[in-house]
Amino acid sequence: MQSQATYNYKVVRQFAVMTVIWGIVGMLVGVIIAAQLVWPDLNVHEWLSYGRLRPLHTNAVIFAFGGCALFATSYFAVQRTSHAPLFAPALAAFTFWGWQLVIVLAAVSLPLGMTSGKEYAELEWPIDILITLVWVSYAVVFFGTIVKRKVAHIYVANWFFGGFILTVAVLHLVNSAAVPVTLFKSYSAYAGVQDAMVQWWYGHNAVGFFLTAGFLGMMYYFVPKQAGRPIYSYRLSVVHFWALIFTYMWAGPHHLHYTALPDWTQSVGMIFSLILLAPSWGGMINGIMTLSGAWHKLRDDPILKFMITSLSFYGMSTFEGPMMSIKTVNALSHYTDWTVGHVHSGALGWVAMISIGSIYYLLPRLFGRPEMASKKLIEIHFWVATIGVVLYIASMWIAGVMQGLMWRATNPDGTLTYSFVESVKATYPFWTIRLLGGLLFLSGMFIMAYNMFLTMASGKAVDAPVLEPAAAH
Amino acid sequence: MSDFVSGFWNYYVISIVLVSVVGCGVLLWMQSSAKHVEGETTGHVWDGDLQEYSNPLPSWWRWLFYITIVFSLFYLAMYPGLGTFQGVFNWSSAGQYDGEMKKAEEQYGPIFKKFQSQDIMTVAASSEARDMGQRLFLTYCSQCHGSDAKGARGYPNLTDGDWLFGGTPEQIKESVAQGRDAMMPAKGVMPDMNGDQIKDLANYVRSLSGLAADSIRAQRGKELFAAACSACHGPEGKGTVGLAPNLTDKIWLYSSSEESITETITKGRTNRMPAFGEFLGDAKVHLLTAYVYGLGGGIKDAPAAVEKKQ
Repeated sequence: MQSQATYNYKVVRQFAVMTVIWGIVGMLVGVIIAAQLVWPDLNVHEWLSYGRLRPLHTNAVIFAFGGCALFATSYFAVQRTSHAPLFAPALAAFTFWGWQLVIVLAAVSLPLGMTSGKEYAELEWPIDILITLVWVSYAVVFFGTIVKRKVAHIYVANWFFGGFILTVAVLHLVNSAAVPVTLFKSYSAYAGVQDAMVQWWYGHNAVGFFLTAGFLGMMYYFVPKQAGRPIYSYRLSVVHFWALIFTYMWAGPHHLHYTALPDWTQSVGMIFSLILLAPSWGGMINGIMTLSGAWHKLRDDPILKFMITSLSFYGMSTFEGPMMSIKTVNALSHYTDWTVGHVHSGALGWVAMISIGSIYYLLPRLFGRPEMASKKLIEIHFWVATIGVVLYIASMWIAGVMQGLMWRATNPDGTLTYSFVESVKATYPFWTIRLLGGLLFLSGMFIMAYNMFLTMASGKAVDAPVLEPAAAH
Repeated sequence: MSDFVSGFWNYYVISIVLVSVVGCGVLLWMQSSAKHVEGETTGHVWDGDLQEYSNPLPSWWRWLFYITIVFSLFYLAMYPGLGTFQGVFNWSSAGQYDGEMKKAEEQYGPIFKKFQSQDIMTVAASSEARDMGQRLFLTYCSQCHGSDAKGARGYPNLTDGDWLFGGTPEQIKESVAQGRDAMMPAKGVMPDMNGDQIKDLANYVRSLSGLAADSIRAQRGKELFAAACSACHGPEGKGTVGLAPNLTDKIWLYSSSEESITETITKGRTNRMPAFGEFLGDAKVHLLTAYVYGLGGGIKDAPAAVEKKQ
């Protein structure tokens, strides 16, 4: 039996379409700065120089592309698993327009050089306040919908989405605390090593909650849906959820190994990063094992291919992360392109691929079509993207280890074998390969956009009726 | 220096870290012993078909989790992590640094020391010393002065025989060891100089080294120069070593364009060569001095420098 009420798909549609658009924008900026490393002459104007565009790239892919994907999927999943339309639809509409405004303001202010100088939190204080308003509205809509739910139990995807929304609010408020001096300039409320510690407590939890917990929520809804299989283990989701959100909080100091941060703080960051390995892998196991019994579907379902590949990259980068947090490994890897490779195996391999898979799942349902306009194009997108990621991370691994070894090499008299610029010169071939990998990934996004517009043109916006919960057992 | 403002925080850190590490193990242990029916779902259904199996935790995964916890406790016993407790190995990053520096000094110190007693000319003539000096130069100096030591805008060329602070061995050594601070005040000693006068002055300064200049402006600039600039640059603009650069020699630290000279006069210039004496030690500074001296611009004896001064 179905009731008359419908789910609020409008805001999901808006965020889903913007995910693809901002994905193209963010990755295009990434390709531009990758090209600037190969051809420094491309730094044509201060507004378009590497130093200004790099934070624009990170903000655009994390908060514009990743953020829109999280809004779209969490709004979709929370309604459907609560069997209730979104709470406070006007507020939900505000989160869409408010978030787009944040992104546009970022795209203007960062190239102009307005920055608080804190990595992944560069936006100046007026934009920070707007982010806070949007985020609190997001929390009200999300948790309001949970409260309205028609089923007793809260589905696992919503634990992760909820954890991500709450924690990001705390992270943003604490790390962005600043003293404004003008409308466009503020100074951090913290000083010296405390500022560095707060920054990386924020920075690593941005990875842990924005880029991991949120996307695990996505995984927990869309993987079992697309595979048509139950989640592998409820118990595993319980343990890895609590262990993951608890342990991530401690891991930030591993970004500050061998710095002015006290030794004990560095060690604590390192051991919790190691303990984080198993909780992280819990999500990968639960996702991949959900497919067990349905492996044959991988042969001809490109959406499932995206999802399973994203889980593989997730497992790989969450193994690499704890390893790089070990002080002796970090002594080699820190400040090299290895870190850049690690981040992108997470960002392209995990975050982007699970988002792409989920958006491919969403689009036909939002536009009243049985499936995407072209399955063939999804397949092509998958291979282009996968080859792109592999080229990207393999070149950065080699470049990073090479840089680390060159920087520490010494002559018999103790002087350095290589001057810094020699390591820069040696990295050029790998930067070129990285550019190629990024270009491939970006072209995949263009294929996706084309497919999306085809699907939109042949369909029309629909809102599905609210589903009655299954009879209680 | 203690990291804590009171003894309380030490115990706070110790207990919260231990409780948290052990707590992860307790969570795992408690959840492992919960009841499971393998292959059955929990009975909950969401959104039509979303279900969960009641499978137990994979045992290899549980062991992986336990191992990281045990390793962490072991690590906390051996290394600093529990507040002020230094760990059984008594390791510290500062201690490791000091140890490595001491070992390096023992191993490499004598290689550099053998040149320390020789005078700069002798060291400069040794090819072994030149190679070592070049390696030091590429590590510590090339970022500003360039791999070829020919400088860049704002960073002096070290090969051309023109010395802002003197080119004798002693002067070069002083520059390397103690660094140099240079400051040209905006508008010289005439703070009320207006824009038109600055343009006149810039034209005169260009004319000093034979560059194209508006002769009427240059004529007016000459009088301004005598009033505002000659105290440091000298009446003929030939400069004073250690005080102000020679403006007649066609060597420009900040480009010879009228635009750049106007900027220099309008805003002044501040520049600094950092001191390397304490950081590198006398033996390496000695080698670097010899290397720079040997680049071709070194001045053999003091009288040459004095002559330049006049």
